Formats: sequence, structure tokens, C-alpha cells
Amino acid sequence: MAESHTRSAYGTARQAGGGRRSSRRPAALIFFGAVVAVVLFVWALAAAFEYVDGLVVADSHRVAETGEIVRTRFGGPLTTAEIVDYLPERLRFRPVSWLFWPLQFSLVRDAIAVTGLVGFVSVFTMYAIWWERKVAAHIQSRLGPMRVGGWHGWAQSLADKIKLLTKEDLVPAGADRILYRLAPYMAFTPVLLAFVALPFGTYWVLRNLDVALLFVLAMLGIEVIAVIVAGWASNNKWSLYGGMREASQMVAYESPMGLALLVPIMLAGTLNLAAIGDQQQAGFHMWVVFRNPFAAVAFVLYFVAALASCKRAPFDLPEAESELVAGFMTEYSGFRWGVFFFAEYTSMFVVSGLATTLFLGAWYSPLPAGWGEALAGGGVVARAAHGLLFSGPLWFIAKCVALVYVQIWLRWTLPRVRIDQVLYLFVQVLLPLGMVVLLGNTLWVFLVPEDGIVAVVANTLLCTAGVIVAAAFLGVAVVARARRYRLVGSLAVDHLPGA
Amino acid sequence: MTAEEITAVLEQELADAIAGADSGGMHPHVWVTAVRLHDVMQFLRDDSRLQFNMLRCVSGVDGPASNEIDVVYDLLSMQPAVSELWRARHAFAVKVRLDRANPHVPSVADLWPTADWHEREAYDLFGIVFDGHPDSIKDHDGLHPQRILCPDDWVGYPLRKDYVFPDEYHGIPGKLEAVPPGPG
Amino acid sequence: MAKLTDKMVEGQPDLLADLDAETLATDDLLTEEMLVNMGPQHPSTHGVLRILLRTDGEVVREATPHIGYLHRCAEKIGENVAPFQFIPTTDRLDYLAAMNNNQTFSVAVEQLVGIEVPERAVTIRILMAELNRIASHLVSLGAYGLDMGAFTPFLYAFRERERIMDLFEAACGARLTYSYITIGGVTMDLPDGFTDACREFLEYLEPKIHEYNQLLSYNQIFIKRAGGVGVISAADAIAWGLTGPCLRASGVRWDLRRCMPYEGYEQYDFEVPIGLPQGGEPPVPPGVPQPRVPRGVVVGDCWSRYFVRVIEMYWSVHLVRQALDRLRPGEHKAKLPRSLKLPVGEIYFEGENPRGQLGFLVIGDGSPVPSRVKVRGPSFNNLSITSHVCRDCLLADVPAIVGSIDIVMGEVDR
Repeated sequence: MAESHTRSAYGTARQAGGGRRSSRRPAALIFFGAVVAVVLFVWALAAAFEYVDGLVVADSHRVAETGEIVRTRFGGPLTTAEIVDYLPERLRFRPVSWLFWPLQFSLVRDAIAVTGLVGFVSVFTMYAIWWERKVAAHIQSRLGPMRVGGWHGWAQSLADKIKLLTKEDLVPAGADRILYRLAPYMAFTPVLLAFVALPFGTYWVLRNLDVALLFVLAMLGIEVIAVIVAGWASNNKWSLYGGMREASQMVAYESPMGLALLVPIMLAGTLNLAAIGDQQQAGFHMWVVFRNPFAAVAFVLYFVAALASCKRAPFDLPEAESELVAGFMTEYSGFRWGVFFFAEYTSMFVVSGLATTLFLGAWYSPLPAGWGEALAGGGVVARAAHGLLFSGPLWFIAKCVALVYVQIWLRWTLPRVRIDQVLYLFVQVLLPLGMVVLLGNTLWVFLVPEDGIVAVVANTLLCTAGVIVAAAFLGVAVVARARRYRLVGSLAVDHLPGA
Repeated sequence: MTAEEITAVLEQELADAIAGADSGGMHPHVWVTAVRLHDVMQFLRDDSRLQFNMLRCVSGVDGPASNEIDVVYDLLSMQPAVSELWRARHAFAVKVRLDRANPHVPSVADLWPTADWHEREAYDLFGIVFDGHPDSIKDHDGLHPQRILCPDDWVGYPLRKDYVFPDEYHGIPGKLEAVPPGPG
Repeated sequence: MAKLTDKMVEGQPDLLADLDAETLATDDLLTEEMLVNMGPQHPSTHGVLRILLRTDGEVVREATPHIGYLHRCAEKIGENVAPFQFIPTTDRLDYLAAMNNNQTFSVAVEQLVGIEVPERAVTIRILMAELNRIASHLVSLGAYGLDMGAFTPFLYAFRERERIMDLFEAACGARLTYSYITIGGVTMDLPDGFTDACREFLEYLEPKIHEYNQLLSYNQIFIKRAGGVGVISAADAIAWGLTGPCLRASGVRWDLRRCMPYEGYEQYDFEVPIGLPQGGEPPVPPGVPQPRVPRGVVVGDCWSRYFVRVIEMYWSVHLVRQALDRLRPGEHKAKLPRSLKLPVGEIYFEGENPRGQLGFLVIGDGSPVPSRVKVRGPSFNNLSITSHVCRDCLLADVPAIVGSIDIVMGEVDR
């Protein structure tokens, strides 16, 4: 039935002008080429860091002395000799050494890492906004941004950023000028700081803190203060409502979130995110979420609380536009407003990153680690391939992006919950549930032997459920893609004469 | 009940309040004296034969020629049913004729809350004062319902036939000639 | 305690009554009330409505609607132009249901003058009025989702409405203010192929309504937000002059099309849906999946008002189909004199619009221009109950209640 409606005045016009469609193909090639280039770039960067690590390791002779196997991003440190082996005769050793000479200083490496991190966050945020708009548009049978930059409006966010920079930066009369100007940065800085302890790989972490999880949670908590400050400083009643809602909401969601996060901590026995991630490297059956039923519930619990912590629908009460105009952002304009947006999308990534690290196997591929053993023991290229396929920041980013997608998807599907319902949900439903999960997990750890039949059966069942859910999502996506029909232009008019 | 029967009931029960009747036309109504309006309306609402439970509309009608201003109350009686369709029992109208210079009539907002806004509108556009209106304010015009469509400080009653639009309202020109020529 | 209750508002239920004075004093639970202006520029006041809220934290103690921002003197225009010329102004009353406005005003004038409308014209009018009812309810449905924070249904609703606009455009050239139905009939006959396009659209729309039920109506969050909120009893609804879906949602099976039929609606087969308690099964046309009222819904709440509109869309589809079947060749307009003189006399006529009963009091004095045209806007009456309902509700309930009443400010302010 749907197909019969696709005929339209616009549709025929488009078919007639078929040349336009084919002219778009190079643009698509460029886009996907760019994606491949980014992948290769990250990979090359990994190789560079690997090399530096190799220098450090070789210099300290740690491997030789302790005999301990140091596992790095590529399954083992590269040495200068190995790198040099792959270089042409003329380039051997010296130029490479010269090139990487500054990298032996930790300050230089930190500077580069921070620059890379900030760059990644900015680019990710920008594209998350573009992506959200595209996803929302397609959910709503629209096209979304299509003009700026050519291919599907890929430069829309960039143009928006430039627009925001040039917009007037208003401070409302009677506002607390200092706090008003400070609030956006108070929102953005902690979220950015959370990346300090968020590992993208075993060693792909700016500072491998022993209390990394606490640090990230603390940073996410500080962001809330910025919202309250923004609400207070704006001298606007709607903003104040937004700030107060955020305050009460935080009190509600933090406790179930904390309880849910205690489960993976208990299973891992450490707060070190890198260490927790490393415990899940054997394949997707080792992921915490599939470890026992309580961990699976804890994951869902955490994700719901995380939605609230990012102020995402259905918990976007602080900025509920149908109730509070724009909540705490009502008075903000220009770049300060943009910074709040940055903070929101960045924190979406951070909470997804936590979920990935703690529950979904961190930066390890879901493929069983045994499949890659041959690669891991090979030469430089084999080890690099192993890094790409079986572990590394690309896997981490991919998993985070998948979770960010779920957040976007929920936002454009669900209505908003009322504030009393949010408080009821978190305090009276999810908090007791979190306690039950924690208690259950404790008993599980104590009573169920790790290799016993119960644990294996539970693991198998949960893994099966996970695979089914993932397959169902993929299947629905594929079927929907195949069965979609474009609603192009007007539909009824072209049936009529004179139209 | 037909309009004639309703008129007969009213003339029987409240003969002193009925000033006239026209039950033959397309808009059957009775004329009621202003002082007894509230009693008549209460009777219309509460009498078991009439039971006008819905006040549909309150309209002012200006008649400068006869120096009179009318208020028209359109009433409807809906017969409840449990799970079936409700039936329309009968519809009727009540009219009051007031002095144009000083129109005063009792408010019926206590009988039908919907009269609240309708009476405010009638005051706003016709200057008809509804005594005992729940949302009244006292100012230089005396105690009267609040304006509803026009701003609170509006002068005059726009739907009167002799109303002249003000030349200016808070710096906004009211006449086309008063608009300063724009660029080009 | 006496000192503490000073701050309480007289006649309001005391939310802090359960707590003893000591707790109140030590925990400082008493807060100050704050006046907040919701509107006239606010995303969910459906136009230029201003609601003055007296709030205690998130609790709204009192909500007072202030209207008049869109006052365009429609009644003054009405007594200065001939009825034919007033038709475009009726378009702009309830601009989401212009066809229905045209129809009601035309019927009022026709009854006053005594004009016989050709049968084909009446059928076209019903066809158009019901199509416009669907369009209007679609906007209401989508906008209500928006009030609740669900963006997507709004776009879906507008996608379908766009196709109705296309049909109207094909019939009369306009997409919002049609002036199509006019005194004595309709301005022009239907174009060729209209009935086929219309049937095709109805085939397309009916399953979509079911989809919206799945997406929005039965969504648990939506039910939690709208169910049991803003309950209006049948007695209140009648006393405040509520009409249309708002009245029916309170359990009053009242529809002018059935109760005081005009335009030959009595010859059509349709049911009047009302608000039902949980588990209730509203009547739907044959071939439509039977909807069921979910748990947590009370008769007369926001969800009922919303759902009555959804069911009405089903019945309007049914009515349009019947009208299409009844369409016979013939005149589309009565022969009328160029200058239509109104007789000395008056009429008060109400028609069932998507938002309730639109009433016109037309008084003629023998000249072509009526001496008085009074417009009774359904939204005007429906909105007046807001301050009665929005008492001691939460801030988020105010858009929910106002949205469920489904006002169009053009009609409130006229």
C-alpha cells in the first residue's frame, strides 16, 4: 500500500533529473574515505605511541630484567629495531629517532595527548549533534540537515558553531554576571576532565588512576552544580526551575547509579577502570553484563540513571521545553549556549564510556580472544592487525557510539516523565532494586563457584539473550531499511488534473 | 417542551418578571426585566420541567437608535442518559433590555460558571456591568467585571455602534493617517 | 502551627498537613509562593495564551488564563460586512478547522434567510468538514505529544495532515483558510479524481491511527502523564459550558451532529465516543482494531480527552467514506441573488466543530449587512475551566491540561 503513494510530482522530477543523484556518489566516497582515513590515522597514532613505549620499555630494560610480559596496545611493545626493519634503507634509525625524540619527555606526550583528547571531544560532539539531528529526522520521516557541506549536510554542525560564535552574547539584566558567565565552563570543564581517567585502551589513558571510577563519577557530579548555578544566575524563574529540578533529580539518580556501579567493582575488585577493562578481554562471554543476572540488571539500572545524569529524555526535566521554555538554558545565547550543548553531548559519551568499560567489555572486541592469538604473537603488521581487530580505542569508541545512539533513539521516541515520577522512579523503585541487585551479586560472588555449573549456565543464557537482542536490533534495522519508503513532496495533488 | 410551553411556564410562575415573549421565530426568547433576571435564570436552571443545565452563550446587542442595549442568554437543556446518547430537551433564549447609558444587570456566574468569561466579554465590548460578578474590580468606572479581550486600561467599549477607535494607544497610532511614513 | 498556616492560602488543601509543626520549623519546609508568567511567548501555550501561575515550588496553586492577545475584532467585522464577506473571517477563528467554521456560519445564515442547499453541496460540505475534523484532531494529537515531550508524533501527524491540505488545495486552492464552504453551497465543484485521491488517503490514514495509538496513546509514560490528571466531572463540564471532545471525555455522550442534527447528519451512520474508565472499549467503525482504555485512566482526565479525539478520527474517516458514497452529480451551489438581503430576524445556531460547539448569533435588520454577529467560540468556553482544573497540580501538568483542552487562540480571542 505504501508504494502506491510514492508517486508524486516531486518524485518524477527527481527521476527525470537522474544526473543529480549520480553526481552525489563522489561525495559519499569522499565521506567514507574520510572515515577510513580517520581509522588509519588513529592506527598510525597507535603505532607511534607504541614505538615510544617500546623506547621507554627498552630503555628501562624492564622486560629483560623482570621477565614480565608487558601487554600494550598491540599485544607487545615495539622496539626501535622492529620499526627500523620496516623502513627503507636510507631512512633507518636516525631520522626516526630524531622525529620521535621529543616524545620521550612525558610533558610532551601529555601535551599531545591532551590536544588529541580535546580535539576528539570537539569533533565527536559536533558530529554527535549532527548525527542526533539526522537520526531524529529519519525517525520523524524527515531528512534533517541536507545542504551544508554537500553530503547529507555533514558540515551543518560546523556552520552552527560559527553561527553561535558570531551571535550576541547576552547577559540578562539583574543576572549574577560572574556566575552567569562562569556556568557554561563549569559544565564543560568537569566533563572534559572525566576523560583524564577514562581509558580508551589499556594504556590509552591520560592518567591511569587507581580510583578512576570515583574520579569520573565525581566529575559528572560537578556538572550538576553548573546547571544549578546557571539556573540561579540567569535571574529567570524558568531557569531557576530548571536548576532546582536538576538538583532534586541528581539527588534521586545518584544513589541507584552508585549502587549499580558497585556490582562491576565487586566483580573486578578494583576501581581502576583500565584494570576492570582488562578483565573482560577474553571475548564477549567475559563481559561483566553477562557475568551473572544481577550484573545484567545493574547495567540496565546504570543506563537509566545515566540518561538522567545527562539530562536526556525521558529525564530531560531541567530543560523541559514544553514546561520550562528551555529550563536553565533559557537566557543563554551564542557560544555559552553552545558550550552547554557541548557539555551535554560530551557527558553522553562519558557515561557511555563508563558503561562500556564496566559492563560491555571495554576496548576489547566481542570476538573470542583465542581467535587472535596467532596475530598477537606475530610481527609488527600482525600485531597491529590484532590491535585493530581485537582491542583498541576504535572498539571503545564504537561501543560508546552505539550507546549514544540508544540515548538519541530513546529521546525521539519517549515522552517526558514528570518530576515527581522521576523522583518516585529513582528513589522508590530503582534504589531498592539497586540494593537487591547489590545483595544478590554479593551472594552470587560468595556462593556460586566461578566455574560451577550454575555460573556457566547463567553466563550462557545471558550471552544468548545478549546475542538475540543484538541480532534483533540489527535485524530490525536491516528490515526497516529495506522496507522504508520515502515520503517525497505532496502525495495527493499529482493525482489531480491541473496540479 | 416547545418554546410556547416554556414561555407559558415562565409566564405562569414568574409573571412579574416577564416583559414580553417571542416564541414563534427561529430564535424563541422571552424578555425579562433586569432586576428579576437572576430569579428567572435560577428558575430556568432548577425547575424540573425546564432544567436548562447549559448556558451556551451570553451576547450583548447594541441598539443606539432606541438608546437600549440588550443581553441575550442562550440556554440549552441536555437530558442525561447513562450509556446512550444524551438528548436535547429544548433550547431557549432569555433577553434583557437595559438602559444604554447605564447598563446594569445581575450576574449569573454563580448559576453557570461559564457566564464568568462571557460576562467579562460583554462588559469589555459593550460596557454592560454585571452586578455581583465574581471577578469584579473597582475603579473610576465603579465596580465592574474585569476586561478580558482588550487591555485593562482600554478606554471605551468597542462593539458599541457609536464607538470611535482611539487615535493613539500607548504611542501606537490607531488611525492609518497617524502612521508615520516609513522608509520608501 | 497557627503562625505557619498564615502563609497557606485559604480554601486550598494543605499539602503539609501531615507534618507536625516541629518538622516544618526545623526542616524549613515552608516555601514562598512565586508568580510565574507562562506565556504569551511559551512553547506549549498553543499560541498567545498567557497563564499566570501562582506556584509553590513545583506545585501550582492557581493558574489564571489571560487572553486577548489575538483579538482581531471578528464580531465588529461581522456587523460591517455582508455574510458572504464574513466567510473569510470565519476561516480565521479556528484556523485549524476553517471548513467547519465556514459550514457553521453558512448554515446559520442559510437558516436565517431560508436558503435550500442542493444535495450535492451538502454532501461535499460534510465530506470537507469531516476531513478537516481529521486534520484538526491530527494537529491536536501531535501537539499534545509535544506538550508531553514526545516530539516524533507531531511530525507524523503533520505528515498526514499535509495530505489533507493537498486534498483541500485541489478542491479550493487554499491550504489553511479555505472559504470553500459558503452560503448556499460550496464555491466550486470537486475536481476530477478527487474522490479517488480521497479514498486512497483514507486507506492510508486508518492504519496510521492505530500506529499512533501504539506509539503514543498506550505509551506507559504518556499514560502516567495524562491519566488521572486534570479530571473534569460531567457536572463541571456542563456548568463551564465545555463542548466537543472535552465534554464527551467527561462521560457525556453529546454530539450536536447526533443530538441536534443539521446538514443531514442524521442520515449518516456514526457513533459518539466518550471517555471511558480503564478497560473500556470505545466504539470504532468495522474493520478497525478495537482499542481498549489502559490502566490508570479516569473518566474526564487528559488522557480521555486526548483519546476521544483519536476515536473521533476513526469515525470521521467512516463519515468521509459514507459521504463519498453518497456523492451524486448535481448542483454545487444554490442560486442566490447577488446581494443577499437578510430578513428582519435573528438566529442562534451551533455546529459541532472539532473543538466543540461553534455558535453564531446573527441578527438581521432587512439590510444586506447583519446588525450583530456574535461568535461563541468553543475554545473560549473550554479554556475558561483551566483555572478550576489547574489547582494544586504540578507545573508539568499545566501544559498537559491546557494541551488536552486543545485550544486555538484565534477562536478564544476572535
